[in-house]
Amino acid sequence: MSMIKVTVIDREGTSHELDAPTDMGMNMMELCKSAELPVEGTCGGMAMCASCHVYVKSDHAIPEKSDDEEDMLDEAFHVMEESRLGCQIHLADDLDGLTVHLAPVG
Amino acid sequence: MIQTDILIIGAGPCGLFTVFEAGLLKLRCHLIDALPQPGGQCAEIYPKKPIYDIPAYPSILAGDLVDRLMEQAEPFQPGFTLGERAETIEKDDEDQFILTTNRGTKHRAPIIAIAGGLGCFEPRKPPIENLTNFEDKGVEYIIKDPEFYRDKKVVISGGGDSALDWTIFLADGVASEVTLVHRREGFRGHLDSVQKVMDLAEQGKIKLLTNAEVVGVDGDDHLQTIKVNHKQQGEMILDTDHWIPLFGLSPKLGPIADWNLNITKNAVEVDTFDYSTNVPGIYAIGDINTYPGKLKLILCGFHEATLMVQSAFKRIYPDKNLVLKYTTVNGVSGF
Repeated sequence: MSMIKVTVIDREGTSHELDAPTDMGMNMMELCKSAELPVEGTCGGMAMCASCHVYVKSDHAIPEKSDDEEDMLDEAFHVMEESRLGCQIHLADDLDGLTVHLAPVG
Repeated sequence: MIQTDILIIGAGPCGLFTVFEAGLLKLRCHLIDALPQPGGQCAEIYPKKPIYDIPAYPSILAGDLVDRLMEQAEPFQPGFTLGERAETIEKDDEDQFILTTNRGTKHRAPIIAIAGGLGCFEPRKPPIENLTNFEDKGVEYIIKDPEFYRDKKVVISGGGDSALDWTIFLADGVASEVTLVHRREGFRGHLDSVQKVMDLAEQGKIKLLTNAEVVGVDGDDHLQTIKVNHKQQGEMILDTDHWIPLFGLSPKLGPIADWNLNITKNAVEVDTFDYSTNVPGIYAIGDINTYPGKLKLILCGFHEATLMVQSAFKRIYPDKNLVLKYTTVNGVSGF
């Protein structure tokens, strides 16, 4: 399988079901940007800005946070248990059905 | 008043390369940047990250790229106004722009090139509703003068080096009471600073609240209390004279949003013929601009800078002809 379904719920609560390729080295931030969802991705995916902060709502096993991601989430706001940086979620086949909620900006 | 030919807003890679390309046409440049050092994002966010798509460099650290661009620009003696934010522009009666920074420094030039990248870096502000009411009335995002906190009660928030360093500094006989609030148990930052903070907490010289977050501020004219939400102990109110949230910097488009430029999605619209904006004499290059097919890449910014200075030259000297001179033939002669 080289396509998975991912659901992104935007800040207004609207649900967007996206088809995501898993063979292009894409991450969640890039997927949101390509779907023109309001995700800045300011630092380009280096876990250095938190503008792609999302809450993971589904029960998927996403690889653990790196120190860089953990450090960046320290400086972010509205951080919760299920907080992740979208740019650090690499779209792979086992994430089929993943649901994330975009975190508030600011 | 600082006079120049091209006033460049933003001293990142794109702005720095503009100095070189303008210099080849004998145009002088002056750069303004809100950050205290040149290099923009490359210097501020990721100086130690390698970049792999600069032509002829299979890999170069962002910080090294900035150093080399500075070296390349050096013969053309660019001026710098650093640590100041470009705030307002107006035109004088000789059709020159007068640009004033937030500190009141005035610059004059016939051409403005906005190479502002993501915008200007500003402190990240915690999302607390009435926070702005207490800015400079007990809430400060930057420590300008530590003496300001002498014999005061201070709460610092954050888990990085600046939070740790200022906690250590202010606890050393400056502030009367220092509390450090951090959202997690662990701290990043230099190991010896982390150890020092732990030691100070153990000795009772500072109060350390981990797994805690400041969620409210209150007071009459000046900050008096903050509300802290502790994961285990719940909400608590702390008396304090100052709260210093240190959560790093994030870019904001800033004052250029009010310069009557056509802006879409936080980027300035330009004509790809010469990267001019809708305001004659103002150009926008690099990550700050947008046009159909735009790619936010340093190498595209270099190209934009090169074409932009040609157009700027023709605007400044409408009667002079411009011939493309190759550096391999003519070398580089500075000012």
